[in-house]
Amino acid sequence: MSAFSAIGEEREIDRDEYTPSVEPQATWCPGCGDFGVLKSLKQALPEVGRSPEETLLVTGIGCSGKLNSYLDSYGFHTIHGRSLPVARAAALANPELEVIAAGGDGDGYGIGGNHFMHTARENHDMTYIVFNNEIFGLTKGQTSPTSPKGHKSKTQPHGSAKTPIRPLSLALTSGASFVARTAAVNPNQARDILVEAMNHDGFAHVDFLTQCPTWNKDARQYVPYTDINDSDDYDFDPTNRADAQELMRETEDKLYEGEVLTGIYYREDDRPSYQQEKRELGELPEEPLAERYFDDDYEWERSYDRFIDKHK
Amino acid sequence: MADDELIWRIAGGSGDGIASTSQNFAKALMRAGLHVFTHRHYPSRIRGGHTYVEVRASADPVKSRGDGYNFLLALGDSFARNPQEGAYYGNEEVKPLSENLDELREGGVIIYDEGLLDPADIPDFEERAEENDWHVYPLDLRGLAREKGREVMRNTAGVGATCAIAGIELEWIQELMADAMPEKILEPNVDILETAYEQVSEEYDVDAPGIDVPQGEHEEEQLLMSGSDAIAYGAIDEGCRFIAGYPMTPWTEVFTIMSQNLPELGGISEQVEDEIAAAALAVGASHAGAKAMSGSSGGGFALMSEPLGLAEITETPLVLVEAMRAGPSTGMPTKPEQADLEHVLYTSQGDSHRVVLAPGTVEEAYDHARTAFRLAYDYQIPSVVIYDQKLSGELTNVPASTFDREPNPSMGKTLTEAELADEPHTEDGKFHRFQHDVEDGVSPRSIPGQKGGRYLVTGNEHNPAGHISEDPDNRVSQVNRRFEKMDAIRADLDENSLLSPHGPEEAEYGILTFGSQQGTVEEAVDRLNANGHGVKTLSVGELAPYPVEAVEAFVESVDEVLVVEMNASAQFRGLTQKELGRYGEKLHSLLKYNGNPFEPAEIVEGFETSIVEDGELPGHETKFVPAAGD
Repeated sequence: MSAFSAIGEEREIDRDEYTPSVEPQATWCPGCGDFGVLKSLKQALPEVGRSPEETLLVTGIGCSGKLNSYLDSYGFHTIHGRSLPVARAAALANPELEVIAAGGDGDGYGIGGNHFMHTARENHDMTYIVFNNEIFGLTKGQTSPTSPKGHKSKTQPHGSAKTPIRPLSLALTSGASFVARTAAVNPNQARDILVEAMNHDGFAHVDFLTQCPTWNKDARQYVPYTDINDSDDYDFDPTNRADAQELMRETEDKLYEGEVLTGIYYREDDRPSYQQEKRELGELPEEPLAERYFDDDYEWERSYDRFIDKHK
Repeated sequence: MADDELIWRIAGGSGDGIASTSQNFAKALMRAGLHVFTHRHYPSRIRGGHTYVEVRASADPVKSRGDGYNFLLALGDSFARNPQEGAYYGNEEVKPLSENLDELREGGVIIYDEGLLDPADIPDFEERAEENDWHVYPLDLRGLAREKGREVMRNTAGVGATCAIAGIELEWIQELMADAMPEKILEPNVDILETAYEQVSEEYDVDAPGIDVPQGEHEEEQLLMSGSDAIAYGAIDEGCRFIAGYPMTPWTEVFTIMSQNLPELGGISEQVEDEIAAAALAVGASHAGAKAMSGSSGGGFALMSEPLGLAEITETPLVLVEAMRAGPSTGMPTKPEQADLEHVLYTSQGDSHRVVLAPGTVEEAYDHARTAFRLAYDYQIPSVVIYDQKLSGELTNVPASTFDREPNPSMGKTLTEAELADEPHTEDGKFHRFQHDVEDGVSPRSIPGQKGGRYLVTGNEHNPAGHISEDPDNRVSQVNRRFEKMDAIRADLDENSLLSPHGPEEAEYGILTFGSQQGTVEEAVDRLNANGHGVKTLSVGELAPYPVEAVEAFVESVDEVLVVEMNASAQFRGLTQKELGRYGEKLHSLLKYNGNPFEPAEIVEGFETSIVEDGELPGHETKFVPAAGD
């Protein structure tokens, strides 16, 4: 018998199952965009058919990191910028888990930028949601890697001289096989994109535009938005890498002025995930690693017998 | 030469096959029934640059590189001959000969490759050879290798010549070559080996130096291993099936061995972008129910401070290896030092705890790795195996039976789904991961994917259910519980001691040491006792939690204590004094930090000069720091 009977169990899953039985201590401000992410995620998970017990949500630090407190699944609230390495190891150790990593723009694109690049290039089978509100919220309003050029804050009082990072282009060039952008102000699209991201076999990056009503005063900053996949104006094919690149460049140039483009920018469905590649090379076991420690019948190989000869 | 041991030094350029040749030579001598110990000296450079390996062989067990050496095989540095424009190669061509003369014993043997080396480049060579009664054999090893095979095979020619002079039967080498070499290169190598042997036997009076390799016999099968091999195999036997790492000397040795073995055993190895990621991956894999490890050397371990703390507060079992090299910063990448001790003991913020174990020998490296895993998973705590470049790369023979090969898949207090359904672990239908009142301070855990076990874990302080909490009472309970684990581990280690005492029980003096200096100190202690001093030693393999009672009893039982370690700031002595709370007036230090490990004679001299005679040490190789009370 599997040590993890919650995995792969087919049943109707109710969104309320993800609601903690004890009201979490409120840490998000009224009107915070993070509530939108939570809501979309709670809607998406049952649609994907994933129960709270087969879901592992790994978060970083900051307001986004508090997502765990609001979502009752298996959860690991890690440290600044390190959600991805923790999450991808769990996804390797147990590929049957639904592994979701989440963090903010400072957490994910700043301190964790190196991990982002490498997790994308390796195409780990997992979903990565970045709460992008262009500000450090929990540390009280400093300039973040996605803050627009010229953005003034207590740490950059004369305005930032830095060009903001381009998360979509970065994900694409790094090698992510699924790149999307959605916004908390568009919960239906957000839910649908999260469903697609979780169903995607490979690294799915979702740049989730959220508003910070406390430190980025304009809560309506992402309106008006356009869904590129639904808009006739764009006649857009997300499997075309060159088109995706072009559109990303355009939207990342114009994010801070006028129309905001959201949707699935790029998807590469025939590319094997890292797990698949590794398994084909004989470097990833079929069963989740944990199974064997619980399995009394598992025959532990007399370890390195076959390697010891070279010492004789 | 009347030595009862052979210490054979092969010198040449990096990339010239010095390491592999010496390894095979050592293995052949081991198979012939001798005890062997190798010492490796190499620069942080891929090709070219003076490098040597010593192989010490004796009929009796050997625990260190010994003092100096008595047989030099000086090959040329083939990469010194074609200097490229803009690169300074200096006088490297002659270094395999010139750099190795200081430590060659009186009456020793020199074979040098006259195809590549000209002793005329060393002004005082002949004079020194005469003075020291060295037996010098110029041989055109390169020419012979070129004629019968390829130039790189001059190693083999050198080994053949060595065997002729030292009286080693060729069959041991030939057998090993047959095991290690593909057919195509085996044939010319055997030809070169035999030709060199015959030529030397015919041309020279090989009995002249009076050097013959001693005869020995092993009672059981032996394995030639390094500390890194042993750590890797210990981890594997303890059920480790996940490793993540980033290459850094000398940690790379363990990482490589694990990576080559784990996939065959159904495990996972990941080379990742940096050391923060490496340790974080180990945390993630361990959280998801694998036995996992990571590791690094000083600079890389510095980056692991964050995930180490995360493992501590989230009570995720984690095993890290720290293979020390000389620092600070990148220091001396290929040279051993024991100066990361405080770094490993105190890294990471807050009241964090970890187990720190320091193996002193290859056998101990295996045992300590197993213990590190057992403690990490039984007590849900990070544990670190700390050793150094010396133990990492030196090879020695160990009886095959040293390894208790029984696998241990135990995950400690990790619950099954049936156990999770039991009431003590749940409240309001929810699993309480971090319960306050548990035996040994260890709360049972669940694994993601298990029914009934879901919980939140966070690097913030948290309540029993795992939710972030700043409640003062909860904080105190959680901190106290995490502290309690160290007491439980202390009691556990008292039952399964990793301490290595050596020497007569009743002794006037004591030597305290830790890690890779253990064998060298033991040899020194034997000599000191033979010299009429009453000396015993204790090598401390448990650094956290510290074995206060045992060390105190040791210190109490002698008049004075010398603390031997490879660093400039006496970190182990400092730790001992801090843990014992006194004895400042009794603990003297003998330190070495020039990049080379102690030789037994240095410890003997340091002890006799400084402790017994109260005199001053000559030279600057080692430093004596008197007790604080003086």
